[in-house]
Amino acid sequence: MEDGRTIAGPVLRLEGITKRFPGVTALSGVELELHEGQVTALIGENGAGKSTLVKILTGIYQPDEGHIEVDGTTTRFPTATAAQEAGVTAIHQETVLFDELTVAENIFLGHAPRGRFGLMDWSRMRAEAREILTRIGAKLDPMAPLRDLGIASKHLVAIARALSVDARVVVMDEPTASLSQAEIEELYELVERLKSEGKAILFISHKFDEIFRIADRYTVFRDGEMVDAGMMEDVTEDALVTKMVGRSMDAIFPARTSSPGEEILRVAGYSHPTEFADIGFGLRRGEILGFYGLVGAGRSELMQALFGVTTPSKGAVKIDGKVAVIRSPAEAISRGIVYVPEDRGKQGAITAMPIFQNVTLPSLTQTSRNGFVQMADEFALARRYTERLDLRAASLDQAVGNLSGGNQQKVVIAKWLATRPKVIILDEPTKGIDVGSKAAVHEFMAELAAEGLSVIMVSSEIPEILGMSDRVIVMRDGRIAAELDRDGLTPEQLVRAAAGYEETAA
Amino acid sequence: MSIAEGTRPRHVPDRLASRPARILRSWELLLTVIAILIFLANTQASPYFLDPWNLSDATFNFTEKAMIAFAMALLIIAGEIDLSVAGIIALASTAMGWALQYGAGMPVLVLIGLGVGLVCGAFNGLLVTRLGLPSIVVTIGTMSLFRGISYIVLGDQAFNGYPSDFAFFGRGYVFWVISFELVLFAVLAVIYGVVLHATNFGRQIYAIGNNATAATFSGIRVARVKMILFLLTGLMSGIAAICLTARLGSTRPSIAFAWELEVVTMVVLGGVSILGGAGSILGVVIAALIMGMVTFGLGLLNVPGIVMSIFIGALLIGVIALPRLIRLVRTGKAA
Repeated sequence: MEDGRTIAGPVLRLEGITKRFPGVTALSGVELELHEGQVTALIGENGAGKSTLVKILTGIYQPDEGHIEVDGTTTRFPTATAAQEAGVTAIHQETVLFDELTVAENIFLGHAPRGRFGLMDWSRMRAEAREILTRIGAKLDPMAPLRDLGIASKHLVAIARALSVDARVVVMDEPTASLSQAEIEELYELVERLKSEGKAILFISHKFDEIFRIADRYTVFRDGEMVDAGMMEDVTEDALVTKMVGRSMDAIFPARTSSPGEEILRVAGYSHPTEFADIGFGLRRGEILGFYGLVGAGRSELMQALFGVTTPSKGAVKIDGKVAVIRSPAEAISRGIVYVPEDRGKQGAITAMPIFQNVTLPSLTQTSRNGFVQMADEFALARRYTERLDLRAASLDQAVGNLSGGNQQKVVIAKWLATRPKVIILDEPTKGIDVGSKAAVHEFMAELAAEGLSVIMVSSEIPEILGMSDRVIVMRDGRIAAELDRDGLTPEQLVRAAAGYEETAA
Repeated sequence: MSIAEGTRPRHVPDRLASRPARILRSWELLLTVIAILIFLANTQASPYFLDPWNLSDATFNFTEKAMIAFAMALLIIAGEIDLSVAGIIALASTAMGWALQYGAGMPVLVLIGLGVGLVCGAFNGLLVTRLGLPSIVVTIGTMSLFRGISYIVLGDQAFNGYPSDFAFFGRGYVFWVISFELVLFAVLAVIYGVVLHATNFGRQIYAIGNNATAATFSGIRVARVKMILFLLTGLMSGIAAICLTARLGSTRPSIAFAWELEVVTMVVLGGVSILGGAGSILGVVIAALIMGMVTFGLGLLNVPGIVMSIFIGALLIGVIALPRLIRLVRTGKAA
């Protein structure tokens, strides 16, 4: 950066960092500089590689290529402790704290002050905890058990913990995601204080208003690459949005001519006590309805309520014009609604069981006589649907856990198709799967819609939303923020609706 | 990319390993080998072992426990456990003895035994499925609760004088040396084997034990399946209570004391994963035979009971550790 506005060199510098996972390149040759007393905002879509970068910075992942420089000397962070000793500390999106321990114990977990005989020096720990808490302006009793605190206070403890090591670089990964407006203001003050103490801060956020409020510099990631970096004062919100989403549409989506039929699903006034409110939409036969929003906007919670996993407090669901009360997944399935969850390993597939048994699990009545399993029918059913999805496996008797992520997803989708549903809800259907499987899933989704199946696709990937949907609903804070037609829809419109940032020109 | 190739589905075979290969690697085969070794050792150790009536007597060492073990196996595969089974036996036996004092005949006694078993199972099941309490905690509680009721009713007394037609369930023989209990054991083994391995219900048990969340998401009514399994375990404890009470001819509050541990040992030795999700009824049957033979063989040698429990404990740890030890030697890694 040749702006001349920085006097000293960067505290921390990443150069040419590349990180590959089986089937995916999460980061390719990215650069990042963090400067003393400055906040650098890291901006990018979900899946752009921000979290991977945080993990490399904190010693959880090792980069495959590239190097890390602290104060100009090349170094490595082989462990989380090494990163901490080099002065890098992180406040994560989901804070890992222990409810049964006190505030002070949480702050000093792993590096508690020791006294004689290696025993905990409780009075010193208490005093130091109080000092750190005061420094960040948190009025908390160090000896209070953590379980008695609210989310915001827990967050402060997480921050205190991050600062209890002598940090020079503080990484904040979406720190305001779960905070209220008043708490966010307090967090901004804290960031200002840290700045004045000369810390270099990496601030990851989707919210443009806060980036413009507190950041001095920005770095934009897209698809694992660094696309731009600079000073905040030299850039506008519109320019940032464009940099973040503006892409060559390298993923090819199947061409579709959609002709949605009659309405099959109608949701009205659907509300949950905490997760979502006043949701209303319709879904037509053969339609692909995209649900876009930031992580935590309530999309998955809404879908799980429709599938009967959680019960909403209010509202009505109509299927084929008839009121449907869905209190369990079993009832949802019998009414033709199925759900492919985001978390394949925990909710989607039973990874220790063979492929064919996973596929037939919700359709056992089809593959049995008088309650007795007919293995041959099971293999036939599993074969029919896994072949359509071009499943790559050694045998149908293979445990699902031994398959790649993409093929596991195919098993879960095959499982639901075997129930011959009317509506299939796909929650982040291509998250974490390789490019080839991704294309196969997209291709297949288009095929299903053409056959008259109605698809709800929850996705945080803008190209996928734009490439596949007939219509897009954008959710924000548990509510529908916008309903947009596919024609003429731009990535910028989506991002604005999801982040709640209105176009200044309009 | 796969789009182009996708039109031609690849051939994926149903199974890779052939049936003999799967049998060779099975836990059940290992257990069978151990059972044969113990059988041979017993024939060498005592000349009385091979006597048909002695062997027949030996079966009483495991038949009642094994009946409970079948239901327990299903419950453990589904990821739950019931430690109150011996407590249920005590309570069911006490209830039967109490009814006996009021002149209840054989049919009524049987109904009471089965009924108490079902009620106790329902109580456990409701606490686990409705209140979401962990079954190990619930059943440790009901274990003392059920037996405690028997102690209150009986104190240091005993109920005696069961009618002779009732005694058939514990002492009767169907044919030559084949006892009623042995026949019941065999019939129940087949029923449980079929239920677990050949029905949709059995498949759902495995699914729940492997991943209860994904099972729920697949439309399985997890709470209902678990409730049925607690009812079954209670019912089997009731049946065991009938057989045991009939065999002993009396009820004391200490009846079947600490049987829950022997039942769980039998299930785990039979290859059922204590974490849920895996196991077979055949394994439990062989484990029952092994435990019965060990107890009987050591009994013939006049080995005291405490040594027997040491032997059973060592056997359990040895058999469980064996596959891991083999892997450790082969690859240098335990897990």
